[in-house]
Amino acid sequence: MSTNDTLITDLKAIVKPYIQNQEAFDSLNADTDFINDLKINSANLVDVVLDIEDKFDIEIDNESMDKMLNVKAALEIIETKLEEKY
Amino acid sequence: MTSKEIIALLPYSAPFLFVNEILSIDENSVVGTFRFDANQSFYQGHFKNNPVTPGVILTECMAQIGVVCLGVYLVNSEGGNVEDAQIGLTSSEIDFFKPVFPNETVTVKSTKEYFRFNKLKCNVELFNEKEELICRGKIAGMIKA
Repeated sequence: MSTNDTLITDLKAIVKPYIQNQEAFDSLNADTDFINDLKINSANLVDVVLDIEDKFDIEIDNESMDKMLNVKAALEIIETKLEEKY
Repeated sequence: MTSKEIIALLPYSAPFLFVNEILSIDENSVVGTFRFDANQSFYQGHFKNNPVTPGVILTECMAQIGVVCLGVYLVNSEGGNVEDAQIGLTSSEIDFFKPVFPNETVTVKSTKEYFRFNKLKCNVELFNEKEELICRGKIAGMIKA
């Protein structure tokens, strides 16, 4: 498995408790939108981001939070923050 | 901020203001009280000939004292303009243990779990005058100045 696949697997586990659309979750891919596809509300999106911080031991700033709208953006932010860390 | 200053900034008024006094508040917690006057209109229908404070109203009281008052305090501490703030309840999960009858005064105690990205999530408890636990749970809301 590539790093990206591992990240997607981790991300999928994180968003699972908050999703309201099982079908979109089952077919989750880079283009999946958290709010429009998975039907996560903006308040629960905060919980997703806090869970991402805990899982990867990174800190998400306000600017990154505003961009965190789909799987692709989330993966990019996580990768960038992980690179900054090491 | 004093109790009166915080209450004056709340976006509620009678008959939907459920805060009388803030006894203590800091960046992590708040304690406040409210007296359920027997003349509140909901007692006419909840229940027929048997007035009991609705759980949804107790939840609202917990949210106003435990989340909104604390949120107003936190936003104000950060220099935000509370008067223009947008406020919304986003989730509540409450367990109830005892009823509250007309003319009882309740005390709400709330502890912040986190305040990040405009979301304030708290662990909130509500007690009666005998200091018996009435209900407790988690309430979260968004407050954006």
